[in-house]
Formats: sequence, C-alpha cells, structure tokens
Amino acid sequence: MIRLEARAAPSRLMILLSPLIALAVTVVVAAILFTALGKDPVRGLSVFLFEPFHGMRAVTELGLKATPLILCSLGLALCYRSNIWNIGAEGQFLMGAIGGGGLAMWVTMHGVVVSQWGFFPFVIVAGALTGAAWAAVVALLKDWAHANEILVSLMLVYVANLFLSWLMFGPWKDPKGWNFPQTVSFAPETTIPRLIPGMRLHWGFGVALLAAALMWIFLFRTFRGLQLQVGGPAPAAARYAGFSARGALWTTLLTSGGLAGVAGAFEAVGPMGQLTPHVSTGYGFTAIIVAFVGRLNPLGCVVASFLLSMFVIGGELAQSRVRMPAALTGVFQGVLLISMLAFDTFIQYRLRVGGGARAAQAAPGEPAA
Amino acid sequence: MLEAQDGATVSVPRLELRHITKRFGPVVANDDVALTVEPAQIHAVLGENGAGKSTLMKIIYGAVHPDAGEISWNGQPVEIDSPHQARALGIAMVFQHFSLFETLTVAENIWLGLSRKLTLQSVADRIVAKAQEYGLDLDPARTVHTLSVGERQRVEIVRALLGDPRLLILDEPTSVLTPQAVEKLFVTLRQLATTGCSILYISHKLDEIRSLCHQCTVLRAGKVVGVCDPTVETTASLSRLMIGADPPRLVRHAPRPGALALQVLRLTLPRTDRFGVALDDVSLEVHEGEVVGIAGVSGNGQQELLAALSGEDPRPEAKQAIRLLGTPIGRMGTGARRRMGLHFVPEERLGRGAVPGLSLAQNLLLTRREAVRGLGWIDGRRLLAQARAIIGRFRVATPGPRMAARSLSGGNLQKYIVGREIDAVPRVLIVAQPTWGVDVGATAQIRSELLALRDAGCAVLVVSEDLDELFEITDRLYVMARGKLSPGVPTSAASVEQIGEWMSGLWGAGPAAVSTGAPA
Repeated sequence: MIRLEARAAPSRLMILLSPLIALAVTVVVAAILFTALGKDPVRGLSVFLFEPFHGMRAVTELGLKATPLILCSLGLALCYRSNIWNIGAEGQFLMGAIGGGGLAMWVTMHGVVVSQWGFFPFVIVAGALTGAAWAAVVALLKDWAHANEILVSLMLVYVANLFLSWLMFGPWKDPKGWNFPQTVSFAPETTIPRLIPGMRLHWGFGVALLAAALMWIFLFRTFRGLQLQVGGPAPAAARYAGFSARGALWTTLLTSGGLAGVAGAFEAVGPMGQLTPHVSTGYGFTAIIVAFVGRLNPLGCVVASFLLSMFVIGGELAQSRVRMPAALTGVFQGVLLISMLAFDTFIQYRLRVGGGARAAQAAPGEPAA
Repeated sequence: MLEAQDGATVSVPRLELRHITKRFGPVVANDDVALTVEPAQIHAVLGENGAGKSTLMKIIYGAVHPDAGEISWNGQPVEIDSPHQARALGIAMVFQHFSLFETLTVAENIWLGLSRKLTLQSVADRIVAKAQEYGLDLDPARTVHTLSVGERQRVEIVRALLGDPRLLILDEPTSVLTPQAVEKLFVTLRQLATTGCSILYISHKLDEIRSLCHQCTVLRAGKVVGVCDPTVETTASLSRLMIGADPPRLVRHAPRPGALALQVLRLTLPRTDRFGVALDDVSLEVHEGEVVGIAGVSGNGQQELLAALSGEDPRPEAKQAIRLLGTPIGRMGTGARRRMGLHFVPEERLGRGAVPGLSLAQNLLLTRREAVRGLGWIDGRRLLAQARAIIGRFRVATPGPRMAARSLSGGNLQKYIVGREIDAVPRVLIVAQPTWGVDVGATAQIRSELLALRDAGCAVLVVSEDLDELFEITDRLYVMARGKLSPGVPTSAASVEQIGEWMSGLWGAGPAAVSTGAPA
C-alpha cells in the first residue's frame, strides 16, 4: 500500500525540486504526444528545448516574450501573497496597451517631435496609470460592495478586450489602413530604445528585471511588504497587529494593475509599433502560471517567465517546423502547472510504501455494534 | 458489543505498546516507549510539553506512524494506519488542538465523521441526548466560529463519545473548564470507566491525575521515566518524576497599586453576530502595580471585551467608555493604543498572536517596530538579535529565531509571545489565558514574569478560565458572566466557592442570570 505521511517540517529540497520534476514530466508527456501524432519525438523536443536558445537572435526573442510575463507575474505574485485573487492581469495589460499605444498614436498623429529616450518614461507612466485604473475598479467594488475580486477582475478582461476592439474598428482605425482594424504605425521616435542593435529586444526588458529586484526587496526587506503578506494567511493576526486590510487590497491591486499595464504599453509601443486587437497572446493569463511556477517569488517569476516563453516560442516553431497545432503550447503549459501542483504535495508530505496490507489482516477487532 | 469479551479476559490489556520509537528529523519524540492500559482503567500519561505525550497519542490514534515498535489491541498485534482504522477498533481521541470547521455548525461538524446514512436532524438529536447524558451544555445549531475554546472542547468530547469508544484519549481536557465543570467531567469519566471503557488521560496537572487516575506513566524527553500509582504518590514526588527537579516556586511581593491605568466605564456594546455576546454595562479598573483578573467560563463576553480593549473592535459606543491613563481610547486602532503603552496577548497563539508561516523574528514585527528603519526598511540583523534576546530571556526551546512560528509547541510559542509583549515594557498589559496548555515549568515562568512586570509598575489584566492561576497571581478579581462584569473583589478576600457561584452570574445585588458553564 502506498500512503502519504505528513512531514514534521516542509521539505526545502522539494520546494526546489518540484518545478524541475514537473518540467521533466512535461518533457516526457511531450515526447509521448509527438510519438502518438507520428512525429519524431527527438526533433519535436529539440524545437521546444533547444531552438529557443540557439543563437543570439533566438535568446533575445526569448527575453522579448519574457518581458510582459515578468511584469504581469510580479504583480500577481504580490496579490496572491496577500490573498487578493486578481486573475484579470490580461485586462489590465490590454488597458495598459491602450494607454501606452494611444499616447504613441497621438504623438505620431500630431507630429509632436520627441526622442526615443525622452518618450520612454511617458510610455511607462501611461501604461501604469491605465492598468492601475482598470485594477482600481476591482479594488473599489471589493471595498465598497464586497464584490468577489476573482469574478470582477476576470469579467473586466472581456470588457477591456471589447473596448480595444471597438477602438480598433472605430475611432482609432488607421484611415489609410485598407480598413484593417489597427492604428497607424507609430513614429519611430516613439518606439522603445533597443537593448542590442539589430535585435528586437528593448529596454522594457531592463525595466522588468529592475521591477523584479525592487519587488523582491519590497516583499522580503520592508515592513510594508511584510504587512501585506500577513493579511493573507492570518487575517486575525493582521487585525491584532493593526495592519489595514483595505490598505493591502488597494496597494496590491494598484501595483499589479500598474505592472500589467506597463507590460501592455511595452508590447504595443515596443515590438509591434502599432495597436491591433491582437496585442496580447494571453500574457496576462500565462502570467498566472508563471507566478505559481515561480513560487510567488519575484526572482522565481523571472526564471519561470523564461521557461514559459520557451514554450510559447517552441509552440510557434513547432507549427512551422514539424507541423504541430498551435494549441500545443497551452497543453504543455497546463501539464507543467498541474504536475508542479501535484508534486508540491511532497513539500508537506512524504510517500510511504508498504505496511498497510499486513495491518489490514491483523485488524479484525471491528466492533459489531 | 465487546463487554462480555472484556469481562472474560481481564488479564489481557486493552492496549499494549512496546518499544515505540518515533523520530522527526533530529528530534526523537518517542524513545523505546512502553505503555499498558487495562480495560476500565483511567491511565494518566504525565509529562511536560515536548515530552512526547502528544506524539505517542497520535501513534495510538493512527495519525502518526512509529518508526519502530509494536502495538497490541485486546491482545492482538495491530498496525494502526489511520484515525479511521483507530475509530473502527474503538479508539476515540479528543485533541488539544481542535479539528473543527469554523464555518459549519456543531451538528454538521460531527456529522462529517459519521455514517452518511444518518440525517443531520438525527445527528443533532443524538448530540443533545449524549450531551445531556453527561451533563454537557451544547447547542447543535451553533456555528463553530462563534464558540469559545471551552465550548469547542465540549463539541470534541461529545463527538468522541458518540462513537461509544472502548478507549478514549483525552489531551489536556480540563485546561478551559471551571472547577465545577472539571468535577462534572471527572464524574463523566469515572462513569464511562465503569462501563468498561479505558481512558488515556494526558495532563500535567498533578492534582487532577491524583484524584482521577488509577495508573500513571511518566514521560520525560521522549522516554518513560516511571510507572506509578498516582493515588499513593504526592504532588511533589510526581512533579520530581516529571521534570526531574523540584517545581519552581513563585515569589510574590505585596502589591503597591499606583495611579489608575486602564479604566472601563459602563461599557455597553451590542453583539455583532447572532451568537456573539453583548457587553452590558461593564465597568473595570486596573491600577499601575497591580494584577487584576477576570474569571469566568469562556463565551460569556470575554472575547468581546478583549477585542474592545485591544482595539481590534473600535466601535463608536466605546469611545468614552475606555480610558488609558485618562485618555479616551475607545475609537483608536490597535497600533495607536500600542504606541500609548497598551499591549495585548490574545488567547489564540497561532493565527492571531503569531503568523504560523513567518519566522519568530518576523513575528516580532506584528507588535514591535524597533527594527524598522526609515522608508520601512527592516534591519534584519537587529530583528534577529531582538528575537534571540527574547528567546534567551524567556527560555524558549527552539533552534533559533529563523524557525517558523508553527514549528514551536504551544507552550513555547506562548512564552515567546508573552516575552515579546513584556519585552516592550508596556504601561498596561492585557493577557488572555496566559498559560493555557503550557507546561509546569513554563507556567511558573510566565506567572513570575507577569508578577515582575507588576512589581515594576505595569498594570496587568489577566483574563483566564483557570481559577488556580487567578488565585495565584492576581490582586483583585472580577467575574464575567453573560456579558456582565461582577464588582471587583480583593483576591485575598475571595473564595473558590464564591467565585464559582459568581461565574453563574449570581453576585450580590446582581442579576440572577442562568448558568452556562456548569449546568445542573
């Protein structure tokens, strides 16, 4: 018989090992899937595991995809540590894209001359403000009406999505764009400065890394960060200590909304250079997986962001190289998260094998009444 | 039923443990432990906190699996794999830390552990019947989160009794009962034993063991250090066996009360939820340099009064009614009151007094700000040093300040939390159940620290259900019953009988309220 036995203390080894085992399981599942679909598993896996790291261009593309994931997941990690279940980073991302992209469009259309470095801070501010404003709706409804933040933040994703579509098909449509639902191409001065000449990777990546470092310091080295993390696991202790639950609600939601908004603005103004209804490929939702795979730790979020972007890029390559369906990326992300959550059980429990069968035989003393 | 079998085989022990060993990492919780319990025997397991009593009981109950050793049940070797199997054998347990779902009612909680074929109503009926049989007051329709610690324990006891167990394990059951209720529980237990049910009674209260138990196994540091007949032992000899030394003595100086520090003036607070208790015209005074006690069975308004005093429940009605050193503080939050010198040790250690997942050092930050620098930067080194100092001064048994609060035993964590508040040098200290579930050595230490604080001029208010404790350390006593507070009485002029009567709400010209703690 196999059974689970509670450990006296959580296993530090398993905390580190669990994501790695989950990755191994995902690779095995991927190999089985490729074989079942009649593809060469070695070729299929190399598209996922090696090609995203092959060469300078591939690695910088990985960083480009990781940038919005890092920014979104940092805010979510903060929320989840404070027991605020914001799952609407996607909506806050889209509003940030509208904010940052809208500003770039306005500058382009009004011919206001700016330099790349002069405009960069405005992109950040515009994205942060619109994203935070969108998250503020969630905070406000929770604060005033005790509305469930999970539902409200998720529903606002669809509102943001439809709002973006309306702008693209309506007032913001490029008049000379052959009726495609997209804005004008932004002026080159409004785009984000490149990190490495010739590569698409931009300074937004640097901002994301800086944000991760600051978030780590905030969470683990400041009093305010500690305060936020008390209310989640121990609300009675927070009340006893006098830590404000409302303060935690607003701080976490505004911060995570702002970070997701900055990610959206970077995506619109950075690699795309124009706003389209497809500015996000689900970054805000993928970031939820990133936050958990990264153990709600800012540095873990950075690592996990690269891991998940590897799957995104691998999925795109798999379509063209080995003719696999695009849904593959989602399948692998799901397998990764599910198996990590499963193996996380072993942080608190250990597996015991044997002993049960013998005991069952030797336990005849069931009372008759 | 097994009575016939029990009667015929008196020589076969109900339960026999041999060479039981259990390690948790480097800690040996049980080291080659032997234990024999006869049918119809009330068997005490005596030991300090951390001696391995709870682990041993969890092994018997199937919640923990031993690394080595054998268990015999009615003479047959068994391996108890799960509490489910233990219950099937006829073993029931009342844990010291209750396992109740707070959002469910009493009946629903008990229903969870029973056969699915029963209806909720039939379970509620059985609860009422069983509670009456043993003289326990319990309303099956109440939600658990509204119950006090004492009331929750009643739920656990009734739940255990519903299974008609052949062995009942009780872990520190009397910590939260009135003297009258303890006597009633003992009557219940003796009655249960005469039906052939064996009882394992875990405690560190020597008087109780001497008056109740037939046999006593003493544990120290995971090992059996003696098996004796408690009825022929003295309290001192049992104590020496348990802690390996004579019990520490409490030094008590005459009180020198100073200025009025904490004053409650005709505080009336309506209840906030259906099962809460409204505070009715509560008046109370605590002077500097005195220890004032509030006796009473839990669930009579103590939680509400404490929340109003600590600032966790700052309602407009309390605005003028609560004064700290002359200043009305009824509307202030906990932080503002703490800055004025009012510190509070709550009844719940994990989850309220401390955050389970945070380290001991981080838990300092709930009430202490010395290590917080400009911009909210936490000075980690200062914090660790501060925590280490408290661990040292209050002799908290832990590998260090980085350990999570949940890794400490209840008594050790209580020493740390009390230490954290005493170390802040408060003007007024309010302590709820200071030594609930705390072992003899730590209890004496906490009490003497509270007295030392009083002698240094602090005003101390102790809310406790342990009358012995209140008589030992307080200078004046109030009694709380049904949301009302009795007049204050000097402890030296009070008797246990009088206070026990007052606990039913029957004081002087006071209202003739109905008893809740020890129903007739």
